[in-house]
Amino acid sequence: MNNDVKSEVSQPQAPYYDEMFINMGPQHPSTHGVLRLVVKLAGETVLGVSPHMGYVHRSIEKMGETLSPMQFIHLTSRLDYLSAHMNNWAWAMLVEKALGIKPPERAEYLRVIMAELTRIASHQLWWGVFGMDLGAFTPFLYAFRDREKINDIFEKTCGSRLTMHYICPGGVFEEPDAEFESDVRSFIKYFAPVIDEYERLLSGNIIIQERTRGVGVLPADRAKAYGCTGPVLRASGVDYDLRKVQPYGVYNRFEFKTAVANEGDSWARYKVRLEEMRQSLEIIRQALDQMPKDGPVREKLPSVIKIPPGRYFARAEAARGEIAFFVVGDGKPVPWRLKIRSPNFSNLQAFPEIIRGWRVADIVTVLSTFDIVVPDIDR
Amino acid sequence: MQSWLYNVDRLVETFSNWLELRVGSSIAAEFVKAILAAGLIAVLVSVLGLVLVYLERKVAAHMQQRLGPMRVGPHGIFQTVADTIKLISKEDIIPAHADRVIHTVGPLICFVAAFMVIGFIPFAPGLQVVSLNVALLFILGISSAGVLGIISAGWASNNKWSMLGAMRAAAQIISYELSATLALLAIILFTGTLDLQGIVESQRTGWWIWRAPVVGIFAFLIYLIASTAECNRTPFDIAEGESELTGGFHTEFSAMKFAMFFLSEFINVFTVSAVSATVFLGGWMPFHVDGLDSLNKVFDLVPPWVWFSAKTGAIIFIIMWFRWTFPRLRVDQLMRFEWKFLMPLALANLAVASVLAVSGFYFFRS
Repeated sequence: MNNDVKSEVSQPQAPYYDEMFINMGPQHPSTHGVLRLVVKLAGETVLGVSPHMGYVHRSIEKMGETLSPMQFIHLTSRLDYLSAHMNNWAWAMLVEKALGIKPPERAEYLRVIMAELTRIASHQLWWGVFGMDLGAFTPFLYAFRDREKINDIFEKTCGSRLTMHYICPGGVFEEPDAEFESDVRSFIKYFAPVIDEYERLLSGNIIIQERTRGVGVLPADRAKAYGCTGPVLRASGVDYDLRKVQPYGVYNRFEFKTAVANEGDSWARYKVRLEEMRQSLEIIRQALDQMPKDGPVREKLPSVIKIPPGRYFARAEAARGEIAFFVVGDGKPVPWRLKIRSPNFSNLQAFPEIIRGWRVADIVTVLSTFDIVVPDIDR
Repeated sequence: MQSWLYNVDRLVETFSNWLELRVGSSIAAEFVKAILAAGLIAVLVSVLGLVLVYLERKVAAHMQQRLGPMRVGPHGIFQTVADTIKLISKEDIIPAHADRVIHTVGPLICFVAAFMVIGFIPFAPGLQVVSLNVALLFILGISSAGVLGIISAGWASNNKWSMLGAMRAAAQIISYELSATLALLAIILFTGTLDLQGIVESQRTGWWIWRAPVVGIFAFLIYLIASTAECNRTPFDIAEGESELTGGFHTEFSAMKFAMFFLSEFINVFTVSAVSATVFLGGWMPFHVDGLDSLNKVFDLVPPWVWFSAKTGAIIFIIMWFRWTFPRLRVDQLMRFEWKFLMPLALANLAVASVLAVSGFYFFRS
């Protein structure tokens, strides 16, 4: 840990009880997949949590060293399956950097629209699951009702609803269907008031406030020290969004605010995500207005992509934080070495520290506001 | 208005006279009647279980913008029947190293506690299995014995999650019992009787929820909240807490043992709704306002048992409504809410109610 990290994480005092170890997961309804938390308890109070990973390890990094860049896109969608388009995009940017090509203008806008739709869909799912983790079942179905509309758009453009493969090196795979623009516009029109409905259904509820305000506070310097990114970092008061600090694609052409909150507690993470959905709608609206109406969507690539010798790095802001790829090429059609920096892995590191001293039920709440996706942690 | 729809008590009386003539001795007739009553309660409990589970699923579905069960029978009305058949035919699994005896007894205690109190509820004039002069006390006592079943289930399962759930249930149910009892006590001061039929009779000129000024509505709300907690329903379902405790005390139960927990939860919901309908909303008594005779006559056209069912149903719906719109409290917040807010409020309410009752300051005093 850095020496300049000074702030102490506030922890409630636990009365003395006998200690008990309990396994939360890998099969548990609230660990969102197959994360295993070994929890040390004193009664209901958490003395310590130790996350155990690797239950869905598929060695994606190693497989990337045996697959061509075009084949590997399909594995990037399976990292954080809720940010598939952003992962595709980061990988596409890396290959484009390596080959020194630039995607066509129209493709850049399509990428932004798809990525922001994915961000909304991901936050919708998170919102529903967050409600369910707190014992409210209804938000889950509301969220899925709206997520379905985005999924329908994805299905029309690229055929799949979950692990999408639309963004590829050189642009996007193909021209979207004829109704794409009107579909997205009608979704924006539909969804803008629905976010307020989400607020009415959950945000104002006294129990939600009691359960989240001040619970699991992650101070800004700790968040930075652990390498947290995305909403988790921004909720701690750090105004860091890759779309702003290092705009990729055409993000510098849009006007939007990064959602930042200063408290660093679960409630701040909740508010940041809801605000991000609003900002994403704003970005999509601007992108639709600015997008060229026709033109190529895919740059011609060599039929066998050989990665030139050298080191390449590309990163993108996914729904949960910063996804980054690092490749060492040696002129062969497959990378010599591939490394993935996944947002959830870094975010999860902060979790054991801030949950100490809280209750069993808070493990679920705080973990839910970290919004982890386990396949992204294990890779 | 001499039809049997209105005067169920006459029907019951005719039947018992006929039975006494047929059997010959009154003791034997009582015995037959007791068995018949027990059988009727059993039928009622199973039908209630089926109907309430179906209702819950439909209420939940329509709050969540979906249809709920639609396939088995018209509008899925036979879905719960199919589910019951499934539960009966499933394998009963007792985990390794579990305490087999207590594991079996746990759900039984829960179920029996829920089952027993049905007999005291006055469904209509004369339509009550046991008329006891301390019926309300008895109901409160028996229904709180159900927590023993939950604790033994959690203890016997040999599972740490179940144990946590059982401990939570113990703390929660025993605490909220206090507020529920204090809330009922405030009304008992006005009625002057613990007999449920007597409580209903005392509301001939108006329901206690509004006749007892302010304290009536407070007592009703406190009882509604506390009894929701006693039934282990959201927002107080921390004993099950499926997102944190994976089901809590009933994690390790399957087949009919699980069904007994499930059924007793719904029967408890019915019981607390029936008790609050009886104590606060006049039970089977139609809506009466003293002095407005023509209005009272109009309301008398509806049979008493319809009044009772409608009031109980409305409260059941409110409790279901809670469940599908509220998240769950944390265990320490739950205890804080009870001991630092609800119970002091109930005590204050009781104090005010006693002053009002003694000074006779309430509406339509006869």
